[in-house]
Parts: sequence; C-alpha cells; structure tokens
Amino acid sequence: MKPFDYQRAERLEHAGQLVADSGAMAIAGGTNLLDLMKLQVETPATLVDLGALPLDTIAEADGGLRIGALVTNTLTAADARIRGEYPLLARAILAGATQQLRNKATTGGNLCQRTRCYYFTNIDQPCNKRDPGSGCGAIKGIARLHAILGTSDQCIATYPGDMAVAMCALDATVEIAGGDGSTRSVPVRDFHLLPGDTPQRENVLEDGDIITAVLLPPPVSGQQIYRKVRERSSYAFAMCSVAAIVDQADGTITRADLAFGGLAHKPWHDPRIGELLVGAKPSLTLFDKAADLLLENAQGYGENDYKIPLARRALAAALCDATGLTA
Amino acid sequence: MPISINHQPYDLPDDPRVSLLDFIRHDAGQSGTKKGCDHGQCGACTVLVNGVRINSCLSLAVMHDGDEVTTIEGLGTIDQPSALQKAFLEHDGFQCGYCTPGQICSATALIEEIRAGWPSDATGDVEQAPKLTDEEIRERMSGNLCRCGAYPNIIAAIREVAETEL
Amino acid sequence: MTALFKHDKPDNRNVLDHTAQGIIGQPLTRPEGILKVTGNATYAAEYAFDECLEGVLVTAPFAKGQVNSIDEKSVSSMPGVIKVITDKRLTARAAQGTANEAPKQNVCEVHYWGQPIALVVAETFEQARDAAKHLKFDYTEDTDAIFDPEAADSETEDGATQQGDLAHAMKQADASVDLHYSTEGHASAAMEPHASIAQWDGDTLTVHASLQMLNYNITELADAMGLKEGKVRLLSPFVGGGFGSKLGVSQDVVAASVAAMELGRPVRVVMSRQQVFQTIMRRSETTQRLRLAADADGKLTGFGHEALVSNLPNEEFAEPVTQSSEFLYGGENRVLQIEVARINRMTAGSVRAPGEAVGMPALEAAMDELAEKAGIDPVELRLRNIPEVHPSEGTPFSSRKLAECLKEGAAKFGWDSGPRTPRMQREGEWWIGTGVASAARVHNVGEAKARVTLQADGTALVQTDMTDIGTGTYAILGQIAGEMLGMSRDDVLVELGDTKHPRGPGSGGSWGAASSGSAVFVACEAIAEEIASLLGAAKDDLTLKDGIASWGGQTRPVTEILDGKAITKIGHYEPGDTEDDYAASSYGAFFAEVAVNQWTGETRVRRMTGAFGIGRVLNEKTARSQCLGGMVWCIGSALTESLLFDPVDGHLVNCDLAEYHVPVHRDVPDMDVILVEERDGAASPIQAKGVGELGMCGGAGAIANAIYNACGARLHDFPMTPDRVLAAMPAD
Repeated sequence: MKPFDYQRAERLEHAGQLVADSGAMAIAGGTNLLDLMKLQVETPATLVDLGALPLDTIAEADGGLRIGALVTNTLTAADARIRGEYPLLARAILAGATQQLRNKATTGGNLCQRTRCYYFTNIDQPCNKRDPGSGCGAIKGIARLHAILGTSDQCIATYPGDMAVAMCALDATVEIAGGDGSTRSVPVRDFHLLPGDTPQRENVLEDGDIITAVLLPPPVSGQQIYRKVRERSSYAFAMCSVAAIVDQADGTITRADLAFGGLAHKPWHDPRIGELLVGAKPSLTLFDKAADLLLENAQGYGENDYKIPLARRALAAALCDATGLTA
Repeated sequence: MPISINHQPYDLPDDPRVSLLDFIRHDAGQSGTKKGCDHGQCGACTVLVNGVRINSCLSLAVMHDGDEVTTIEGLGTIDQPSALQKAFLEHDGFQCGYCTPGQICSATALIEEIRAGWPSDATGDVEQAPKLTDEEIRERMSGNLCRCGAYPNIIAAIREVAETEL
Repeated sequence: MTALFKHDKPDNRNVLDHTAQGIIGQPLTRPEGILKVTGNATYAAEYAFDECLEGVLVTAPFAKGQVNSIDEKSVSSMPGVIKVITDKRLTARAAQGTANEAPKQNVCEVHYWGQPIALVVAETFEQARDAAKHLKFDYTEDTDAIFDPEAADSETEDGATQQGDLAHAMKQADASVDLHYSTEGHASAAMEPHASIAQWDGDTLTVHASLQMLNYNITELADAMGLKEGKVRLLSPFVGGGFGSKLGVSQDVVAASVAAMELGRPVRVVMSRQQVFQTIMRRSETTQRLRLAADADGKLTGFGHEALVSNLPNEEFAEPVTQSSEFLYGGENRVLQIEVARINRMTAGSVRAPGEAVGMPALEAAMDELAEKAGIDPVELRLRNIPEVHPSEGTPFSSRKLAECLKEGAAKFGWDSGPRTPRMQREGEWWIGTGVASAARVHNVGEAKARVTLQADGTALVQTDMTDIGTGTYAILGQIAGEMLGMSRDDVLVELGDTKHPRGPGSGGSWGAASSGSAVFVACEAIAEEIASLLGAAKDDLTLKDGIASWGGQTRPVTEILDGKAITKIGHYEPGDTEDDYAASSYGAFFAEVAVNQWTGETRVRRMTGAFGIGRVLNEKTARSQCLGGMVWCIGSALTESLLFDPVDGHLVNCDLAEYHVPVHRDVPDMDVILVEERDGAASPIQAKGVGELGMCGGAGAIANAIYNACGARLHDFPMTPDRVLAAMPAD
C-alpha cells in the first residue's frame, strides 16, 4: 500500500468535505478497497472511514424499506422484512462472497465494487479502466469473466456483484448525499455506467458524493428467483446470474422484472423483456424469445463466448423456476 | 481507546496501512492467525471482532479502535482446548494445520450464526430459520479453503459440536 | 552406532505384525495436532527475531529479456528502505525436487513473466511492499518469447516405449478408441505462502523456511550462497502444505539469505500469494492421445499413451504423464511417449502426483469409452486387464491390490453393473450418474537416516530432518518407534525438520513414510537387539511392551535394564535391488456419483468412494486423511482448476485464490475411504507404500465418466467447467 492519511468522519457533512478532497476515498467495510490498495490498483492519499456515521439501520419508508449504506450484507440478508418480502435480495446477497466478507461488506460499498477483470487488478498490465489510454489487455487476452453486453473497444469488464443485480430487478433507488449538502436519488438501474470511452467511470458518483441508503419500493407479489451460475458451488463470481420477479394470474404472466449479472459492466436490465413476457403464457418458446431480446446485441470475445448460450439457458431456468413450468 | 486482542489491550499502530492481520501476527505477536492470501480469498486469517467473524487481512488495525478481537489463541489453550478444537483434533480436521485456526474461528462463529437464525445460500427458503444440515455447514464454511482437503473431517468435527451446542 | 538396512530383497518378516505394543496402524490423533488447533504451531514466517528486517521480491513484468540496470536510488529515500538486493546469487527459479544444486541464478536474465529480479529490504513490511512497487529498472524485452506449447519446438523424453505394432493392433481390434485429451496447468496452492527468515552470525547461516526436502534444500542453498553445507542450517518443523511446491529451495530462501548476510540482521521474505502463483512450480498443461485396442473379450491388445507437456528451456523435469500407464494394464503392442515443448512460462515441476494426476484421468476416461464400445461393464473391463507381469519390462509386481480395490470399492459404493445408458436417473433439473476409475501411483523410496534414543527414563526420542507437511510424519514415526520399543506413542518425542538431525529424503513423491519410517524401524531394531544382548536373550525371543521386556519366561522393566543409560542408534535405510527386481506401486479405485444441471452444465459431486492398497497402514486416521485430501484434489482437477495464461505476453492471469478455483467446502461431499489390508515387503521393510498422492491418481476420470453417465456429455478436456459440459451435452 502507498502511505495515506487516515481520517475518521464523525458526521455526514464532515465525510462529504473529506471525501471531496483530491485523492481522498471513502472506506466502509474495506473488503474491496483494501484488496485493491494492496495491489496499488487504488492509491488514495486520504482514506475517509465512514464507519462512525449513523447509516447502519434498515427502516420502513414510503411503503418500502430504506437500507442504510453501512448496513452489512449479512444484516441485510438476515433481516426478517427482507427475507419475507424481498427474498430475492437476501438470496442474491447470500449467493455472493463468504460469510466473513458479507459480515464486513456494506450496502454502499458493495454497489461500488470494482470489476474482477484480471487485467484491472494487475498493475503491470494495460487497462483503460485503471489507467485510461493504456489499452485493454482482456480483449485480446483471457476474457473468460468478461462482458458480452454493452461492451466498448475500451473495456469489456463486468460488474461482479450479486446484490445490485437483485436491487436492479427490484427497481430500488440509491440515495446519494452530494459534497455540497444536496441529496439526490438515482435508480439502481441507472447507477452503474457502461464503459464507453470512459471505463474509469463505473457509476454516477461525483467527487464528494456519499451513498447514504438504498430504497426498496413497496413489496410486490410473485415469485422471486436468484439464479447464479458459477464454477464452484460457493465462493465464486457469477459466470452469469439472473434475478427474476415473476407473477402470474390465470396462467398469464402479470409481472416480469428481470436483471442479469456477469454479462455486462452493470447489472443488466432490458425493459423489453418484461414487456414481452407480461400478458403472455409461460412457455419455453416465449422464454427463448426473451433470450433473443436479451442477447440481440451480444458479442463474445472468444473465451467468454460461452456466456451467450449460458445466459439463454440460465434465463429459461429462472423463468421455469418462477412460473412453475417444467422443461 | 486501544484495541483488545484476547482481552489484552494494545495501542493502535502508527502506520495506518497495517492490516488487522499483520497487527495481530506481528505487533501483538500472536501468530496463530494465518496469512494465506492477504486478499480475503482463503479465510486463513479469520478472527472474531466483537463476536463476528471477518477476514482480518481486509481490515485496517486503525479501524478497530475499541474493538474486542478474538483469535484462535483466545478460543482455547493447549491445556484447555475448546470443544471445537478438541473435535478438530479427534476427527483429524486438519493436515498441515495452516488453515486450521481460521477454520476453527469460522466454525465457532458459525454455531452462533445458526443460533441467531441467519440464512445462507444453502437455506432453501430464506424466510425460514436455517437447519443444521451438512449442506448448511459446508456452505457457511466455504470461505475457509483447505488445500490439504480435510473438508470431510472438518464437517464431521463441526457437526459433532454444533449438534451438542444447538 | 549406525545400523544399515540395504533393501536388496523383500522383507517379508512383517516384524510389526509380531510386536506387542499394538499401536501400529491405530487411528491415533496427531501428536502435534494440539499445537495446530490452538494456534501454537510455528510456521516459517512466524519466528520473532529482534531487529528483523522485511524483504519483498520485485518481479519482471515481461516474459523474456534482460534487466539492464536497477535504479536503487528510485526507492532508497523512501521511508524505512534499507537496501535493494540485486546480488548475482539470487535465484530466478525454484529448484526442482531432489535437484541437489542451486537452481538458475543470474536473475537479470528473464525467462518467464513474474521472475524475481531483486529484493527490496526495509524496516517494516508495508514499507518494503510499497518500495518494491516503486523500484525502477531498465530492461530489454526479447521479441521471440514462446507461449503456445503446440507451436513451440519440442523434444522427446528418454525412456519412451515402442513395442509390437500398435497401429496394426488398432486395425485388428474388436473394440478400440483413439482419443485426444487435454488438461490445463495446475498450481499446488499450499495454504502457507513460501516464506523464509534468514540469520547470519558471521559464520553460519540459519534459515527458517517452508520446505519439504531439507536434505536436498541445504545443498541447494549452500551451493547458491557459495557456502559449505556445514555452515548452513535449515529448519522446517511445520510446513503449511507443500504438494510439490516446496520440494526445491525457492527464491525467497536465497533472497533472505543474501540479504541477511549482506546486512547483518535477520531478514524475513514472504512471497505474496500472487508471487507464489507466478514464480513457483506449475504443473504443465498436457495434451494426450490415448489409443486402446481390445479383443472380443475386452482384453487389451494395444495400448498407446502419448503426451505433449511443456517447460522452460533447460529444465529437466517433464510431467511424467505415462508413468503408471507403463504397467497398469496389459496389451502387447505398446507406444508410450512424452514430448516436452520449450516455452516461456514459469518452471513446470512437481505438483501433487506428477504424471498420474493428469495421465490417469485421461486413461481412465478412455477406458470408459472402450468399455462402452466393447459392451463390458467398466469395472469388469479393468479386472480383465490386470497384467501378470510388467507389460514391457517383464518384472514381477510386488504386492498389488488393484482387483481387491475395484471389488471392495464397487461393493461399498453400490456399483450397478447393469447397462450404463446415460440419462437414466434424474432428480428435478439434475441428471445423476456414476463413474469408476482405477488408481495407481508408482512407489518410491529414498535413502534415509533417523536417530532413535531410548532414554534412561524409558521414553524415546526420534530425530530426523524429515518433514511433516500435513502428511502425518509426527504421528507415524512415533507409532513405529512406540511399537518397536514397547511404549505408548505419547512416550515418544519426534523432532523433525532440522538439518542438524540425521537426514532423510524429505516429503515428496509419497516416499517419506516408507523411507524415513524404515530408518526409524531399523534404528529401533538395533536398539531392541542391544537390549536383547544386555539380557543375554535371543533377539527374536525378546518382547517389549509398556516399558517391560519379556524373554524366556522372564520380565524386567526396560528402565532397569538401561540402568541410567540411554541407547542411541542411527537407522540407515538404503534402497537396493528390490527397486529394480519388482514393479512396486500403490493401487486403488474410485467411484463417483455426480449431478449435472440440465440447464447450466454445473456439476456437483454427490458422493465418492475410494479404495486403496497402500501396503501396511501406519496410522489409519492420517492415512485416510491423505486419501480424502487426494480425492478432494480429484474434484478440483475434474471440475474447476485451471491456470490461464495470457496469449500475448504469457503472464498467468488467474494468479490468486479468487480466480484459481481450488475446491471449497461446498464442493466436497461425503466421501468413503477403504484401506485394503496389504503388506508389501518389496516396497519397504515396514511393508508400507506411499499414500500421499494415490488419492488423486485417476479420480478425475471417475468424475468425467460419471458426467457422461449422468447426461451423455463426453468431455475430453479437463477441467469440466459448466461451459464445457454444456458444449458437450447432447440436445435435450
């Protein structure tokens, strides 16, 4: 690690001021940031510890829930209201990482989790995300983990998390305190960015911004499924994951909110899929059409070509599971 | 406030870069906690902070002002090993022994997590309280790698103790 | 005071069956175990020495070329930095197992990405790690580095077998298969990273390190440092896993030693996990061709096993893929051959069960396809092909329990010998299937010495430089001595891992127990003989049990016989003619049941049975654990483990434990281990054979066969990750 100045933020405004300084970064659980600091992928001059801020509760709000940015992944997944009314979120969180990591990882921090791209984490390799203009090692290299949707010629990295994929399907909102004392809300679906020409920018946060909470909308009826495909049976990032909320009435789909992990630089949400499914009767043919939409512009990079058929199958599996259709 | 390791107070390090793991192993001289990867990928560094298990490699010592840290040395001793330490010994739940302190710290916390009703990826219906099945134990222990492959023996040891304690 | 046993003919006296203490083979807990479960076992990096400095290796960010200069000034003003070590003695690679000489030095010449080129030494670890990232150096990168083994020049290894006419046998066969397989590179990934603390007192170099074979490592280190061996002492009483990665002296050991000698202070060097992956031995990837020809009865008439492996230029090691294929099954027309491609990746060397770990799964998968073609149950096919004598050398086999393992394993597993059509069993969205494979691992021994002292108080002390890398050495050497000298294991103190003790071959090639165990046995026999002579008794008439000597109807406490004196003997075991006179190997059989997801191709092993013939079992608990560990490795090599190298610059991309997937708890189901009763006097005078590697010699093949039986996907590439399973899965 490069030497840094360690500051403990006592109040939110204080934190905002500290984080707005050039070279400052906020730290909460630290499970991702410290990993990257040891590799010198991240080299903050100041580390602002948010741990003392009162952002560690889950409260009812507007018929839904407001999850404080410092609530750990463990306590989110263990919360009775979440388990009862948003089981998708609990399942997605539990499908990621390990108990030790979830005990430290926070809501806000997990939203900001950086990619696992092998070239990003190796400072002796080119990476436009880490070092803009240096090139992308993955495009001609080993792209096994990498994206098939929304890529650019600058970057094919994926967002690696699970929690945000569920939040994306749930249409949750990120609450952000600006360094200037303002507050704004951004839907999770719009929080992460595609790489485009600025892969170094992964989300909409600006200097001085601090995530304060995630707001879950009022609970909805229906089946909630999180399906994660991975190489190990636990403790592995997704080759592909599907979050699905599906409701039916009289054999017809009445709600279909889907999001996908492991396929893109952000949790992937394509509103056309829900539009296709709602009002239709579940069938494998229908699910295949949904996959056609999902994968319309999919592009493989050799090593990750497998994700195209895999995503199709994982989508069908999740929809079968959610609708009770048997293949 | 200082940091407390196994009920012994220590002053925080001057260099904020020092990980909780290095602080325990080096500054506090308690080398029972192991460094296997230094990146939260193996679990050998697992300790309990205020009773909750974490990877001590992915935490800074300065962030633990006032915390109570329990390491393998705090769970039992050569003369008075804990029930899990005895069960690991009896079931041969280790070979080279390097991942073992982390496995035992994890297992100690696991029993409390099941008692508290926390679900896991192996809990079919997350609305329900988890049951003490082998699959639950395996999932909850999956953050602790053992390259020697003592896994079946580790599960046997944990199962035996958890069945008595839960 | 040294008693020599030269192993020129099988020792079938089975002495340990006639001793009275009754602890040999018993499932006793490990004597050092209490230290391990309480955090009191001290590993290499954990010794607290005053004034100890911290060193961090700097590695090359290119695969081939020359470091022209290193700019020490670029870091010398950084806080805490003491020195940048660029000494000619630094080593570029780890030594191969039993190398017995310094590995390649002159780190300025770079031959693989990640090769160490310097050591930065500072007061604290954080200071050293940061400075190591900032060290500037000038280098020239060659443009002719080669990364693709298929495209590289290759050489044929000596010792190829060409016998009869395999092509003709294939044409004449009633059933035959001609198949190509691939396996990816593997990492040992021992949980303890390579670590050393070196101290120099102006005369002697003392190094605490994490090494498997001190007897060779001391020579390697002395040679690298230009010191006499007598001026070097190595200590490795606890080793946090080895699996081949710590056979030879590694770069941290020499770097710490150079720094300690130069700076006059203790220096600790611990490799980062990424450095362990990038600079320590890999198991070579392989491509293999299997040709099997059988007659109408399923008896092999032709057997071909050829492999392409890789290594750096000038490395002698070549993954011995066909090692057990030489003798496991018959077939008079034989071709066995290994080619080595020369490429710029880190050294290829021993990773648990070199050869069989990747050769056996391919062979056993091919046997499954042959069984299907021949319409014979795969267990039965194997039973029909156990040769009478070594198929190409004609030597007799020593004790061999392959048939028993196949039969007992099948019974325990509940093997269904009926028709084996894929997709016969389904649970929800999972296809369920079973598979079998044979296990074989050549038996090795090495020269070994151990000192045993029967103390005046009636307890015993065993001392050798042999290591315990998790294998159970502390347990079994104590049991051998206790059994031979008539005392409980608790009365035997075993001291290991210190080169001041008599030397043995160390841990590697599964040879430690049979070799060092035999040295302890030989020393104890000599002590018993001396007691007999003190009593005027015939040695065969003497019984030692619970501290009492019995002979000719008389009894007397051993302490009384010793009369305040200790008896010390050095046992010296030397391999002899039996090595050439017999084909000795451990054998076994694996049975696996898997579930394959119809949607995603994810494969989970649901249960596994392994039956093994390992000669005399010295401790049932630790032997079983070794087998379990091997079977866990089978799951890893079958399903998840794969080193991924960048095609452009040759660097290892998945150089950590998040992306190199060793199995986790949840990947590993309940597993049964059967230890088949056996004595093998040609293997060792304690009739024991190796066990540490056998458990992973073929099991990945059983899993491959089970995947086919489950879902109809025939895979020829390991590991069988979901994407590969899906690609091979027949349409629904």
